[in-house]
Amino acid sequence: MTDRGVAVTGMGIISAIGETVEENLWSLLAGKHGLSRIANFPTRLREQIWVGEQKKTNDELSASLGLSERNAFTRTALLGAYAARQALESANMQGAHDLRTGFISSTSVGGMDYTERYGPTYLTSPEWHRYIPSHPAGDSSHKIAEYLGIKGLVTTVSTACSSAANAIMMGARLIRSRRLDRVIVGGTDALSKFTINGFHTLMILADAPCQPFDMHRKGLNLGEGAAYLVLESEEIVQRQGKKVLAYLTGYGNANDAFHQTASSENGEGAFLAMQKALAVAQLTPQAIDYVNAHGTATPNNDLSEGRAMQRIFKSNVPPFSSTKPFTGHTLAAAGAIEAVYSILALQQDMVPPNLHFDTPMEELDMIPETAVRHRSLSHVLSNSFGFGGNCSSLIFSKA
Amino acid sequence: MKKSVFINGIGAVTTQGIWRSEFFSEARVLDHAINAAEQPAYKGFISPGAIRRMSRGIKMSMYAAQQALGESFVTIPDAIITGTGLGCSEDSDKFLRSLWENDEQFLTPTSFIQSTHNTVAAQIALQLSCKGYNVTHVNGASSFESALLDTLMLLQTGEEEHVLLGGVDEIAEQTYSFLQAGGYIKTGSVRETVKTSVSPGVNYAEGAHFFSMSAGRVASSYAEIIDVKLQNELEGSQMRSFLQDFLTTKDLHPEDIDAVILGYNGDENDDLFYDALWQELPLATPLYYKHLSGQYDSCSAFGLMVAAFVLKQQTVPSILYWNEKIPPNTTWKNILIYNQYKGKDHSLVVVRAC
Repeated sequence: MTDRGVAVTGMGIISAIGETVEENLWSLLAGKHGLSRIANFPTRLREQIWVGEQKKTNDELSASLGLSERNAFTRTALLGAYAARQALESANMQGAHDLRTGFISSTSVGGMDYTERYGPTYLTSPEWHRYIPSHPAGDSSHKIAEYLGIKGLVTTVSTACSSAANAIMMGARLIRSRRLDRVIVGGTDALSKFTINGFHTLMILADAPCQPFDMHRKGLNLGEGAAYLVLESEEIVQRQGKKVLAYLTGYGNANDAFHQTASSENGEGAFLAMQKALAVAQLTPQAIDYVNAHGTATPNNDLSEGRAMQRIFKSNVPPFSSTKPFTGHTLAAAGAIEAVYSILALQQDMVPPNLHFDTPMEELDMIPETAVRHRSLSHVLSNSFGFGGNCSSLIFSKA
Repeated sequence: MKKSVFINGIGAVTTQGIWRSEFFSEARVLDHAINAAEQPAYKGFISPGAIRRMSRGIKMSMYAAQQALGESFVTIPDAIITGTGLGCSEDSDKFLRSLWENDEQFLTPTSFIQSTHNTVAAQIALQLSCKGYNVTHVNGASSFESALLDTLMLLQTGEEEHVLLGGVDEIAEQTYSFLQAGGYIKTGSVRETVKTSVSPGVNYAEGAHFFSMSAGRVASSYAEIIDVKLQNELEGSQMRSFLQDFLTTKDLHPEDIDAVILGYNGDENDDLFYDALWQELPLATPLYYKHLSGQYDSCSAFGLMVAAFVLKQQTVPSILYWNEKIPPNTTWKNILIYNQYKGKDHSLVVVRAC
């Protein structure tokens, strides 16, 4: 293994701002957000919240995937299969069956969307029983792996909103330890009443489009989507003469150990995760050209993350932005969706904007990028933090 | 150079009570459809407020984690890695029910906060002020083995010295009533054991099992973990190559395996796979444990406790023999654990005496 890290040779994405990598890039460059009122299912909260909803219905997703009408894919599995299929196509993964290929997915909501819809009928009618085994988180990974034709090491991570970052990290470590040659990594989460209401009870949902790192930020917008990367060992890349989109050079995972849902005031977990990622990448903080922040726009996250960034970068905080105003907070998928955006930033030498920013936070001496900025980027750091103090950072470097 | 990985401490709260030296000699065979874990007294160990607030999965895990760490004299591990199939179903059920009953109104956040799959690992990190690596794996029957794989990578590479590894699942009424309705769990009135089972479904249960894992052998060491292999799907005809490929990479031959711990759970479709693997190891003594643990996603962690106990004590409690005929074997060096559920999430683990 060379020090170049693990190669990213493919990626796929579906989010509120597009059904392909190209559509997502176009929306980022155009500053076109994907927030709307929720349309795919009824909820009392409809007029109170904005969401990053992907407008394709389950039937449309199923049809596009060519699934039979009586399939038991939940929306989480549908979104995941849709994005993962693109990742495989983009990595040109046909053939090469001799390679040890794995699939590490992640989700927080799993099949809850169907359980909340049909659960009340399960004890009285067998009509929807095929969704009973679709409930566990791991089921979505099985469905996606089966759809992709992957047999081998298939597993699932769930660490709330940092899930996909940890799935990506797990995949990279499996390649670095030579247990796998190639692995598809990422995450998927569908919007559900369960999560919308859960975040609502915590009173951290904004009633307007979210404003990360703004003094007057009022909370987050939830979103849904999926994204996957294809990671391959440098050896396989060279043997096959493959095009590399970027390298995953650093990763770090730490726990804030402060509170079940709130982040510590000095962002200890976030600080440790970034510090570890830099150490793995063997980079100094000054080498980071752009930070794709977790930036959920809750008062607590942005202050904690901002403080952690100031502790890492001191007075030289690199250009940074949160892309959550585009997609909403896609929970377990966020780390993968933002990994795709980080790679796009490297490929396009572009910093995506932090929409809706207006007033700097008085506690911090840092201001996010508010418009698309073109500049040469070599290394991008992406943060993902979750409930339970789970903090993870990834570093992507130019191919 | 890969480092060796050892089980240096064990803790558990199960249907057979807490982990203790008489764990297997006092064990009784389960015959109910739903088998709750025998709960220890949490008073004095967890604050009264937390006892009320926390689900059984969290409490059992906090207890088991402390037992495992205590036995190995580790105060704060470098990492906490857990595996759980269904996560915190008690809180998940609670939040979902109030969502239905009150039509999205009058909800409170506590059960939502505690419903995420990573709650257990997070609560232990909070309790221990452990700021290290923290991940929860959630992949059906191989949730625990995924966590074990993660643990092995951290310790073999020397990234970390001590890892707290756990497998936990809790029973929650709504979740199991759905699984019963779907035919995955035996119906309430049935009284069958793994051996006497004729009705469909399994004897369902719960448990928390924690292992203090280290890259160094100490006085309390139970055994060494050689490796783990995961496979999402497998045809019966692929069993031989699945096993052979794994053993070959570990420089092992089928005849080196002294005992094989099989996940027989009384569901005939599941048990076919165990028969198929056993056929490949004619010289190994077959052992089983799901008649004591019950079936749940992370129950294979109970199987690892069996392997650890046998290798450390160099004796097999008679209740663990799958065959009535007890073999003449007197030394136990390599034990293979095989688990899967419904033909999915197959895992092989080799554990060695140390």
